[in-house]
Order: sequence, then structure tokens, then C-alpha cells
Amino acid sequence: MTELAELLSGQLAALRALGGVLLVLPVALPLAGLLLALGLGGRQTGRVAMGLLAVGLAVAVAIAGAVLEAGVPLRYDLGNWAPPLGVALEADGLSAVLLLTTAVVMLGVSIYAHPVFRIPAGASETRGHLAFWILLMGVWAGLNLVFLGQDLFNLYVALELLTFSAVPLVCLDGRPETLQAALRYLLFALLGSVLYLLGTALLYGEFGTLDIDLLRGRIEQAGPLPVPVIAAAALMTVGLLAKTALFPLHLWLPPAHAGAPPAASAVLSALVVKASFFLVVRLWFDVMPALLAQTAAQVLGALGAAAIVYGGLLAFGQARLKMLIAYSTLAQLGYLFLIFPLAAGTAPGTAGEPGILTGGMLQLVAHACAKAAMFMAAGLIAASLGQDRIRELAGIARALPITVLAFGIGGLALVGVEPSGAYLAKTLLDGAARDSGQWWWSLAMQLGGLLTAAYLIRVFFHALSGFSRTPVLRSRPALYQELVVLGLALCSLLLGLVPASYLALVEIGRLGGVAGGLP
Amino acid sequence: MSEATLFGLCAAALVGLGLYGLVCHPGALRKILAFNLLGSGVFLLFGVVARRGADPASGLGGDPVPQALVITGLVVAFAATAIAVALVLRLAATLGRTGLEPERPAGPDRKPEDRS
Repeated sequence: MTELAELLSGQLAALRALGGVLLVLPVALPLAGLLLALGLGGRQTGRVAMGLLAVGLAVAVAIAGAVLEAGVPLRYDLGNWAPPLGVALEADGLSAVLLLTTAVVMLGVSIYAHPVFRIPAGASETRGHLAFWILLMGVWAGLNLVFLGQDLFNLYVALELLTFSAVPLVCLDGRPETLQAALRYLLFALLGSVLYLLGTALLYGEFGTLDIDLLRGRIEQAGPLPVPVIAAAALMTVGLLAKTALFPLHLWLPPAHAGAPPAASAVLSALVVKASFFLVVRLWFDVMPALLAQTAAQVLGALGAAAIVYGGLLAFGQARLKMLIAYSTLAQLGYLFLIFPLAAGTAPGTAGEPGILTGGMLQLVAHACAKAAMFMAAGLIAASLGQDRIRELAGIARALPITVLAFGIGGLALVGVEPSGAYLAKTLLDGAARDSGQWWWSLAMQLGGLLTAAYLIRVFFHALSGFSRTPVLRSRPALYQELVVLGLALCSLLLGLVPASYLALVEIGRLGGVAGGLP
Repeated sequence: MSEATLFGLCAAALVGLGLYGLVCHPGALRKILAFNLLGSGVFLLFGVVARRGADPASGLGGDPVPQALVITGLVVAFAATAIAVALVLRLAATLGRTGLEPERPAGPDRKPEDRS
């Protein structure tokens, strides 16, 4: 065991020694998977994808370690072409955290999905099996590129790669409802990306560069934000919000996320919507921090608060478990947008106090792990019962104790009980709201917590009832599937125990964040 | 009115028309066409930016970077249109219509064939 640990740490050290080139791997690995999948066909692709994801996790750990150790972002100019002509990849603290989250969730999802999308011995290969793994690799490539890209146009291409991989995942089973959900998702996403591209055009026209660092410098030199920059920021933000499904641009999300196969729902809900949120953060905190001083930051916060309440109320009224989880995603995304008014309130005109971004990222990571676990648990329940109506869950806790436990732990983590990541996130954000005198955001968060507890208790009420009779199960999930789900839920619940020295990772590369550090 | 301003206004008009169509038309095919119109407006804007940023010293008629961006953007928009049309065709084959709204407002929770 110790030998294995030594071997692993040796490999990690070797990876870390690669330096900036390391940043190419998170993009190259999934693309290699895509190409291999075309050659290998559906039978081998699942195993290859899982292997690549395991390597990807090691790379993400190495990147996070390297960034944490150096205290400065890791950077690599592709082909040695420096910006503005070249395209740079850069991993600051935020990128490192998200790369790591993506790798963990993706690996969990791939293990869970392996028996679902495996071709049974003797059966002939169908398109669905191969398509799932290819699309999963596409999503992974898109996510990693979004997190690492430093060029606004490159980020546009990454977003589109992500969309084109995510949309077909929704309609893998080809039912008319899922096709409609996929089409609606695609139209929202296309509107979002074309608005983003329009903003990019305006920014290039004004400053002649799309590299984030250069752009920030030139915007700061320009003094008060010029009108085209404000127009560009508005267009890009609205476009990204449509992709993130922030209330009131959320219409596409519940049918798409609830209709997809559970493994795909987990990826879509946990990670894909976060990519466009991440770009909003990049835009507001990195490209034009002066935006935070505008009233628009308050508007973003208000939409977030509305999403928390609206999503929570609608989740409570849902009849099907997967729809409930999808509406819960809507509510949980709202929390993320509270960081904008909070950051604006603590330090006008600057990138704000460090704790706020840490809180936002904790909420993001906690939600990603918990929501992936909950969607997959719901998938196991639906596969076993043949349906997922909440009223008819009686006895399921007796039939599938580990799955229901995992769902419960994921739920507790979402509500924000003590050691969970969401708890720590809400503590940090609450503190920021108090310090900046914006108590109403705390109110929204508390109300959201209550609503979350309410709709989850409704599920448990039905799931834990009917102990005298065990429902007839169509099939039993594999034990390792249940354990993977439990593991992801525990990740979210125990996230709050991560020591503060590791949490400081989020602040690396922020404006003044290195000097400021955690309080 | 200079050349760049004229084409810039054309780009703005295309963006406006496309946006209107994308938001207001219920038909899926119309929405896809409107998206393409909107995209053309954005690409035209890139062209205007390229023209305006022409560097006389280089002897080129325009800044080559936005032109390169337009080519990439065209490929992406083409792929997007292809996926959208494929979805619409599939929808028409399975459902017999391409509208996005459900035909009758039946409760989405009571369908017996719900398997997900």
C-alpha cells in the first residue's frame, strides 16, 4: 500500500515537473479519447474513457498542487506564440479548483455509467453506447478548455464544443419529449453564444485584443468604462446567463436535465451549467472589475435571489423525483450569483474581499458533487422501480438502503448542515453580507435553505414510509454504482473539513488576492 | 457616411432582425434561420472591425485577426445549424410536427410511458 502511495506521489511529482506544458493535458486527453473512440468502437470506449479520466484526475491534482505550491498561476503559450497573436492557457486558483471538481465528478459518472452504456456480450453494437462516451469526452474537453482558456474567442469555441456535446446527451434515448427538450436547450444556448460572440466583436473593435490580461490592462487605461465596453459586457453576460439558466432564462433547464439519462443529467447539472457561470466570473472579476461597481451587480444578485425562491417553490411542487432535482439545480444556481452584489458591496470598484469568491466556489463545488450524486441516485431508484414518482417511493429505503442514504447525504449537503461545503460557503457569504450591510442577501440564503429542506423532507417522507412492504424491483443496481454515488455525496458533505490552507488555492491569481489571502 | 459606418449599421440591422426572429417566432426552423441571420450580423461586424483596423504599413486591406475569427465562427455556426436541423428532422420523424410547444397541455407527470 505504501509502495503504491510512493509510486503515485512519484508520478505526481513527475507530472508537476512538466510545468506549463501540463496545462495542455486536460484538453489533449479528452480529445485523444474522442479520436480513439472513433477507431475502437463502442465495446472498448467505456474502458478507455475511464482510464483517461483517471489520468485526467491525476493531472488535475498535479496542476492544483503546482499552483498551490507556487502561489502564482500556471501559464502556457500555445506554440510559443505570445498574446495578442497567440492563445494562452492559464490555470489560476479558480481554474485549478474547477479542473479538479470536473475530474472527480466525471470519473464518478463514468464508473456509474459503465454498466449502463456497456454493450451486453453477444448483442450488437448500437449508436447510443458509442455516442454517450464520445459526447462525455466532448463535454470534458469543452469544460477543461473553458476553465483554462485566456482568449475570449477561444473561450467561445470552447463553450460551443461544450454545447454541441451536451445537447445530444439530453436526447440520447430519442423520445420525442427529450428531443424537444434538447432542441429548446440548443436554441437557448445558440442565442447565448451568439450574444457572447457579439460582445467579443465589440471588445475587439475597441481594444484590438481578446487576451484576458491584455484586455484588463487596456480597459483600466481607458478610465471610466466606455459605452461599447458596457454594451459588450451586457451582451456577453446575458448570453452566458441564458446558458447558465439563471431565472428568468431557465425555461429550458428542467425538461432537459430531467429527461436526459441519469449519468448525463449528473454531468449537465453538476458541471455544464457551471462553465458559463465561470465565464461570467471571469468577465466580471478578471476582465472588467470596474463592472462590479455598477448597479448591474445588484441586478444579478436579485435574479439569483429570485431563482433561489422560485426554484425552491417549484421543486416542492414536482411529482417526479428527477424534475424535483432539476428545479433544485435552478435554485442552487441562484446562490452563485449572490457573490456579485456581495463583492461589489465590500470594496467598491475592486474585485472585492477574498472570502466571497471562496464562498462562491465552495458552493459551486459542493453543489456539483451533491447534485451529481442525487441525479445518479434518482437514476438508480428509477431503474429499479421502473418509475420515479415521489408519491410511489414507499419502501424504497428498505429495498435500496445505500442509494437512499447517498441521496439523503447529498440532500443534507445541499441544505448546508455543519461539515458540508455548502455550510462553509453560506457562512462566508453570510459574513460578507453582514459586513457590507446587505442583510437581504442573507435572508434569501436562509429562505433558500428552508425551501431546500422542505422539498427534500417531502422526498424522505415518501421514501422512508412503507417499511412493512418491500417494493418489487425490476432490477438491482450494481453495488459499485451505489458506492460511487455515496462517495460523491460524501465529497460534498465533507468538503467543509478541507483546511483553510487548501481553500487559499481559490484566491491564487486574483487581483490582490495573493497579498490579501484569507482572513 | 463612411464605408465602415454603413456596413456597421447593416450589421446592427441584421442582428436586430435575427434577434427578433429568434425570440418571437414559434417555429423551430424559423428560429434556426433567425439564428443564422443574427450570426451573419455578428460576422459582418467582425468584418467592419477588420476593415477599420487596417494597418496602412502592412499593405493589407484589413486586420487579419478578425477575418480569421470569422472563418472559425462560420464553421461553428455551420455545425450548430447542422445539429439543430438534425434535431428538427428527428422530431418531425417521431412526432410529425416541429413545434416546440406541447400539442395539448396534458400533465407532464401522468404519462404512462415515462421511463426516465
